[in-house]
Amino acid sequence: MPRPYSSGLMMRDPSEPVATGRNRRLAHLLGIEGLDRGTITELLTSSDRFVDCNRSEDKKLGTLRGRTLINLFFENSTRTRTSFELAGKRLGADVINMSVGSSSIKKGETLIDTAMTLNAMHPDVLVVRHASSGSVHLLAEKVNCSVINAGDGTHEHPTQALLDALTIRRNLERGLEGLVVAICGDIAHSRVARSNIHLLAIMGARVRVVAPPTLVPAGLDRLGIEIYHDMTRGLAGADIVMMLRLQTERMSAGLVPSLREYYRFYGLTYEKLEYAKPNALIMHPGPMNRGVEIDSEVADDIDRSVIRQQVEMGVAVRMACLTALAGSG
Amino acid sequence: MTARTLYRNARLLDPSRHLDVQGNLLVLDGRIVDAGAHVFVDAVQDDARVVDCTGLCLAPGLIDMRVTSGEPGNDHLETLATLSHAAAAGGVTTVVCLPNTAPVIDDVALLHFIERRAADTALVSILSYAAATRGTEGVQMSEIGLLHTAGAQGFTDGARTIGNARVMRQLLGYATAFGAMVIQHAELPDLVGDGVMNEGETATRLGLAGIPAEAEVMMVERDLRLVAMTGGRYHVSRVSTGATLDAISGAKAAGLPVTCDTAPPYFALAEDAVHDYRTFSKLSPPLRSDADRRAVLAGIADGTIDAIVSDHCPRDQDSKRLPFDQAAHGAVGLETLLVITLEAVHNGSLDMLPALSCLTCTPARILGLETGTLAPGSPADLVIFDADSAGRVDAAKFHSKCKNSPFDGRPVQGRVVKTIRGGCLIYDALDGGVRHARTRRDA
Repeated sequence: MPRPYSSGLMMRDPSEPVATGRNRRLAHLLGIEGLDRGTITELLTSSDRFVDCNRSEDKKLGTLRGRTLINLFFENSTRTRTSFELAGKRLGADVINMSVGSSSIKKGETLIDTAMTLNAMHPDVLVVRHASSGSVHLLAEKVNCSVINAGDGTHEHPTQALLDALTIRRNLERGLEGLVVAICGDIAHSRVARSNIHLLAIMGARVRVVAPPTLVPAGLDRLGIEIYHDMTRGLAGADIVMMLRLQTERMSAGLVPSLREYYRFYGLTYEKLEYAKPNALIMHPGPMNRGVEIDSEVADDIDRSVIRQQVEMGVAVRMACLTALAGSG
Repeated sequence: MTARTLYRNARLLDPSRHLDVQGNLLVLDGRIVDAGAHVFVDAVQDDARVVDCTGLCLAPGLIDMRVTSGEPGNDHLETLATLSHAAAAGGVTTVVCLPNTAPVIDDVALLHFIERRAADTALVSILSYAAATRGTEGVQMSEIGLLHTAGAQGFTDGARTIGNARVMRQLLGYATAFGAMVIQHAELPDLVGDGVMNEGETATRLGLAGIPAEAEVMMVERDLRLVAMTGGRYHVSRVSTGATLDAISGAKAAGLPVTCDTAPPYFALAEDAVHDYRTFSKLSPPLRSDADRRAVLAGIADGTIDAIVSDHCPRDQDSKRLPFDQAAHGAVGLETLLVITLEAVHNGSLDMLPALSCLTCTPARILGLETGTLAPGSPADLVIFDADSAGRVDAAKFHSKCKNSPFDGRPVQGRVVKTIRGGCLIYDALDGGVRHARTRRDA
């Protein structure tokens, strides 16, 4: 009964008849690790089409008409949940939001019981966010519908990496191959960083990580990346600067002495940005801590910052993922 | 009435006397009369029962220095009776229970309770450690003298580290008055933090908080200084890293009264067993790197590691079917202790007698027991096993109430055929499994 997990993206049994020309359809999207370049490219190309749709007046498609999508969020989120909700609704699916505040998990129900309960209602897609790494895998093993990981602990956040890749691809004609990408900030506690590191590596980009030693997880160098503790050196010649949010809990855990010290050495300012390529793009998964990891003016620089575009791409990417998982055609 | 039993034509394995010969073993009234190629009894004339052991190995019953019982307090996980059934099925005739039950065994009355319950319900010898500190809180020393006199085999806070250096110093020092042993779960608590698996690439990929391997050796190094100060008898349980073994080996060379053990997961598995968030592989200390795994094997081979324990830790589904960071740690191990150790023998990592020594005579010596040997006059605690038969670990068939084994489904070579305690057959794989009535003489 339990399905073997070998990659971030489970495939349905190839023997199952599928209506499309493709012989396999995605079963779950649990992570970027284990995906291949072809699948990622396909998802990005599909996302491009949804960007155009989202910009048109009539945004409603019927691709997922009759399907049910449940947003199951055990952690607070506004933007990701809204993005999935919009994506589902624009594709014509019925969307239900369940968040932790109203969930029975607070009453002692286990994750698996919650999953089984929802499963009994025959949803087609479950979008899950949870504070524990691996929890979405556990849930995916127990339900019959497709599962999308909307962030599990410090493990992965695959749709964020896909929307980042889409944003880059649409801004730089040359694509991702050979790009120098500097991911800066709290790598140790970031699922966004992990998904991006995997995706960029698969797509042939050169990934650098810029962070204080206390925020670099052990063994990260084994993932085929370069690690810098000096931000100016890490940004030198970079095409893309991806900033990560610094949670204030890191201060109380003693990983960083103070916000002002962090900003001085690892906050993105125009002075540090000088070292990157002249047209380097600035990205941030949000929500931003202005004046902590990024200078307010830099964040709002309309020539350099693509932070709002990322949000826009998020809806398109999620529409592409939902279509790949639950679409009939 | 005298009852003689002759175990005929067995491969006799007695690490206490470096004996590995084909021969016979004679038991009279629950004790071993003699063992060797020269032993012979005329079955008809002497009215002895004969048990044919052709093709099988016969060794002292295994002594397991570290098991967790659910009784008292968590009988749904394991009772002393089911614990003893699992032990018997694993060829284990003596177990020593940790004190971290509910309530914690930190009082003489509780120690007596275990003793009585075991005598009434258990098939194997059940011995107990007592809590080193009251409630295993790590603050105030428990009644070491009274508990020692009442039969506590040693003092430990179970799966909790005795982290306070002053408390450890006092324990080690005070225990010398009674010759009592202090057993440490060596993990520096500050470095463990909220870690749930070995720190490194695998943890980073899985997004799980890591526990550095250094947390173990740093705790042991501190304790070794205290052992040198106090002369206290010190035992490190479940060594999982090569660095710790270097420290212990140095301490032994310096003549300190130090011993240690490990458990099969630490020499048969590495951290990659956690892949896919497999909570059955969540252990404490965590599974380490492959280099550390090999170092532990080398430590058994060179004698730095004195004993192999099952670290049997029953956990139910509810505490394991959770996200990895929330799941309980621990694995059942009594029924895989021998076969996983034999795996290391079959693959050439260990020789048979040194491996069995860690399961029999060395733990007996550490605990001061008269078992763990086939020497004449010893109690007839025996295991008869087939070293070669191929099979798979099947947790569903375990006698333990809990099935949380990281080895489930693993191909193994070897199985326990019969277990005998004090001359009584308590387990027979070919005939009905566990013997619930202890009165029956050997068949």
